[in-house]
Amino acid sequence: MRIPLSWLSEYVDISSVSVTKLQEKLFSCGFEVEEVIEVNKCVNKIVTCKILEKSRHPEADKLFVCKVDAGQYGVLQIVTNAVNVQVGNIVPVAVHGAVLADGTTIKNGKLRGVESFGMFCGGEEIGITDEYYDGASGDSVLIFHDEFELGQEVCDLLDIKDTVFDVTITANRPDCQSILGIAREVAALLGQPLKMPSTDYAVTDINTQDKVDVKILDTELCPRYMAAYVSDIKIEPSPKWMQKRLALMGIRAINNVVDITNYVLNEIGQPMHAFDYRELSGGEIVVRRANEGEKIVTLDEKEFDLDDSVLVICDESKPSALAGIMGGLGSGIKEDTQNIVFESAKFKRDNIRKTSKRLNQRSDSSARFEKGVDAYTTELGMKRALALIDQLGAGKVSATIIDRNTVSLERKVVTTSLAKINALLGIVVPQETVVSILENLDFECTLDGDTLTVTVPLYRDDVEGYPDLAEEIIRMYGYDHIDCQVLKNAQVTFGGRNTFQTKEQRAKDYLRLAGANEIITYSFISPRDYEAFGIDTTGLNLIRLKNPLGEDVSIMRTTLLPSIFATVVRNVNKKNTQGRIFEIAKVYLADSVPLTELPTENLTLCTAFFGPDEDFFTLKGVLEGLFEDLGLSKPAKFEVCQKPFLHPTRSASISVDGVELGYIGQVNPLICEKQGIDKPVYVAEIDFTKLVSFANKEIFVKTFSKFPAVERDLALVCDRELTHAQILETILSARVKTLTQVKLFDVYTGEHIAPDKKSLAYRLTFSSNEKTFDVEEVENFVRKILIKLDAIGVKLR
Amino acid sequence: MKEKINQILVEAKEKLSTIDSLKLLNDFRVEFLGKSGKVTGLLKGMKDVAPELRPQVGQAVNGLRVEIEALVGEVEANLKAQETALRFKNEAIDISLPGKAPELGTLHPITLVKNLLIDAFSSLGFQIYEGPEIETDKNNFQMLNIPEDHPARDMQDTFYITESILLRTHTSPGQVHVMTSTQPPIKVMCPGRVYRSDDDATHSPIFHQIEGLVVDKNISLCDLKGSLEEILKHVFGPQIKTRLRPSYFPFTEPSVEIDVSCFECGGKGCKLCKGTGWIEVLGAGMVNKNVLQNCGIDPEVYTGYAFGIGLERIAMLKYHIPDIRMFFDNDLRFVKQFK
Repeated sequence: MRIPLSWLSEYVDISSVSVTKLQEKLFSCGFEVEEVIEVNKCVNKIVTCKILEKSRHPEADKLFVCKVDAGQYGVLQIVTNAVNVQVGNIVPVAVHGAVLADGTTIKNGKLRGVESFGMFCGGEEIGITDEYYDGASGDSVLIFHDEFELGQEVCDLLDIKDTVFDVTITANRPDCQSILGIAREVAALLGQPLKMPSTDYAVTDINTQDKVDVKILDTELCPRYMAAYVSDIKIEPSPKWMQKRLALMGIRAINNVVDITNYVLNEIGQPMHAFDYRELSGGEIVVRRANEGEKIVTLDEKEFDLDDSVLVICDESKPSALAGIMGGLGSGIKEDTQNIVFESAKFKRDNIRKTSKRLNQRSDSSARFEKGVDAYTTELGMKRALALIDQLGAGKVSATIIDRNTVSLERKVVTTSLAKINALLGIVVPQETVVSILENLDFECTLDGDTLTVTVPLYRDDVEGYPDLAEEIIRMYGYDHIDCQVLKNAQVTFGGRNTFQTKEQRAKDYLRLAGANEIITYSFISPRDYEAFGIDTTGLNLIRLKNPLGEDVSIMRTTLLPSIFATVVRNVNKKNTQGRIFEIAKVYLADSVPLTELPTENLTLCTAFFGPDEDFFTLKGVLEGLFEDLGLSKPAKFEVCQKPFLHPTRSASISVDGVELGYIGQVNPLICEKQGIDKPVYVAEIDFTKLVSFANKEIFVKTFSKFPAVERDLALVCDRELTHAQILETILSARVKTLTQVKLFDVYTGEHIAPDKKSLAYRLTFSSNEKTFDVEEVENFVRKILIKLDAIGVKLR
Repeated sequence: MKEKINQILVEAKEKLSTIDSLKLLNDFRVEFLGKSGKVTGLLKGMKDVAPELRPQVGQAVNGLRVEIEALVGEVEANLKAQETALRFKNEAIDISLPGKAPELGTLHPITLVKNLLIDAFSSLGFQIYEGPEIETDKNNFQMLNIPEDHPARDMQDTFYITESILLRTHTSPGQVHVMTSTQPPIKVMCPGRVYRSDDDATHSPIFHQIEGLVVDKNISLCDLKGSLEEILKHVFGPQIKTRLRPSYFPFTEPSVEIDVSCFECGGKGCKLCKGTGWIEVLGAGMVNKNVLQNCGIDPEVYTGYAFGIGLERIAMLKYHIPDIRMFFDNDLRFVKQFK
């Protein structure tokens, strides 16, 4: 909200505070001044002068040489290209050392060999428009139509300097979306009286109800509607003081009636609308929902198809305005308008918001209604508009105002206690301070012992109970009165992570120590990702956003793979050719779509290893380490599996106790190649919630044998297809109870072995709690094992 | 005989002075002290000594043995010391060579900041509740005192899935889940992802917050200020101060913004704090009594405070991260810096 201080000071005396102090005070009570705009602050030494002589420049066709009388600055020679200035005109001239509105400094100089002691100025150089002085909007030199004294500062004559605060208004304070609203706050802050704008006007003996009939067919969307008939309208420009203020708010002046509506919107905060009486056929105003198929063309010549969600203002037959948003083409004020009907209304804010959004049609009026207009302001706005009509002599105001109101104009009463307010704040605010703060803010207060009864001003829809009053008090009393106290009165509670949360953090710490970097990626992915990875989406019940930022971020992911793979690709493209990354994040799994209930959000771990030092087993090793660190109570099982996005012979499913948790593998090289990745990428994705459900190993110490263990190394040869898992299983199937450890320590294929064979070397450890084994016993154990191995074609090398 | 003894001693001393290895020393030992060594040889010559002189000579020979042994011991100690010194010299390493260990990974800066806050709040007795990211309109808005027609809905651009199901726009629905399932005393923080349909240099459609909630008897604005000042000191350093200023959130009343004194310039005014000396870090307030009521907690008995902290903002301030998009780009040159 823009607040010109010159305008503000009409309602409250701010002469006792500096601009900075006022800014600080507003900030401390909840109104941040985002920007202090100094309007034309720099403009200096642009003065009035009279053209005495004008002749052609001897060297340049398009230039003229003028002699001017610039009062105290003497008679000056000015070279100009202005064709519009004539001898005898009074014009602004920037003399040596002058500063223009854009900050340019003017100096004496020569133009094509002829000395010039200044520059004639147009409105732009001075920083003004027609709203300040007629003729200032064009790009030619401004010719004054007043007989100003010569050599006078133009900025003083036209009063062009101002300071404007751009104030942020929080959503709970729609009453402050106006100059008057801020003036009320400033008056309370400074302890100054508020000077209300005049609402007095003379009336004719015409009654509005004799001219128009107002029917409200939907009082929910239109709780209050006021209409006033104004006759004998004389359309002309509004006075400069009004135009100038509108210009400071960034609004162009149109004519007196339109300017009054804009003025009241900014001054009082009430959007107004003026109908040309001739266009209200049947002398009727009907406020209703539009009929299906009805159309309206608004002032800016846009056509809209309407339906019954749209509130319209109609005459007896057709819509003449989109309620609260914009008038219809034709119903507005024209040069020859003679009689008007002013509308001042309260419309339901979310309906205006929705309609405005749906039709994509906005205005200052709809922006204001969306924030909320109170019924008190509706009446104040109407009276102020009529007073301005009278003051400007723009028309004759009728004796009565039609008021269709369903809003209670009874002021709310809040009864509470000082104790409650103080308890919420945690400090004791002196009783008399409480009363004076509230009274300064226009709340009526009575204090009976500790009981505080407060009557709330009508425009303060936001104040409902004692916490609101506590806020009013503390923002005026000052938040610096609040002390620091750490939950002195609260009961002791146990804090910290629960078991699951602890495991999650432990997993992250483990992965970090294993060299992996945590990443965070978007929760939404593209439907094309599923295609790219060959994932069949039937039965996946993908959750799709209604309003995604784009198709590629429209699906709530059911797998982290596309995100982590995209991160690998992005890094490789940036020449980060090696790395380990992981993410623990949610996937979103719906039982059916469209959603009727909230889906399952499942925490998932996804990791990718890439670069020359990585292979399937570096990743597998880290996962095994993670499982061990988390304390899985049962071993994880890796089994060959087929996934469309994994290398068909380098991938495995991971399960614990028959429950599948996820997969590990090399990303299918065909997919990598499509992304320009020619080096293998290894990935794993694991249902983290399920994983943690198995992470409940408890530690009970086992005693160890006092007899030395015996180790025996076996070098085995077998077919290449046979797996370590099969051999291990076979070794264990010999059921040698004293076998306490089996460790694979070498795998070999090559020169000394048949091409279809491989060699595996195992170290077996035997131990007993009862004795030391002799050689024969150990040989016996080994023989048992070798017999089993022999049966699946594994021989001693 | 005496002469012989002296001669052997002189010879031994002379020889010892040339010995420079343990092996030679051993040879020397054999030569002089061994079974058929020179000193033992003297004893063999005892038969030629007059019997009455034998004890004397025997003593002298023994004396010689002891003396030579002592000398040998001395030389041996020296040689061993030399040998050890040589061994250590040969075993010398360049300790400036890099250590051998797997390269350390990193945690994401959001996790680092989250953990910092979680650890601090845990010590004040806060538990962690992580609610769903896909939420109902009811929990995300209505229960939090943001009815359908509330202008605050425009403050947050919402991603919708259906009319009534959406991506949470803040972690505040966590308050609702906790309060509708637990009775006071409540101290809880709700960290997590939140979503708004914004995407530009200063906004990401996904970002992270931690919601905090305390509900108990006699909780006041002073508790809010005190607890958060402690936490913010933990995050930004013990020298910072905090400032409350009025703000507005539908689910708190009174509502405040909390600023910390600029930790770069100490409050004098710099680029980071835009010359104001203060940096806005979070929004907070006393839990709105409508929210308590909506969640089945009696506002006449209990009060509480709530706050919401944007983790990206804290991380950007703490680690001087210039662009919010870096958090989600996951360039290894970025993430590897958080060691």
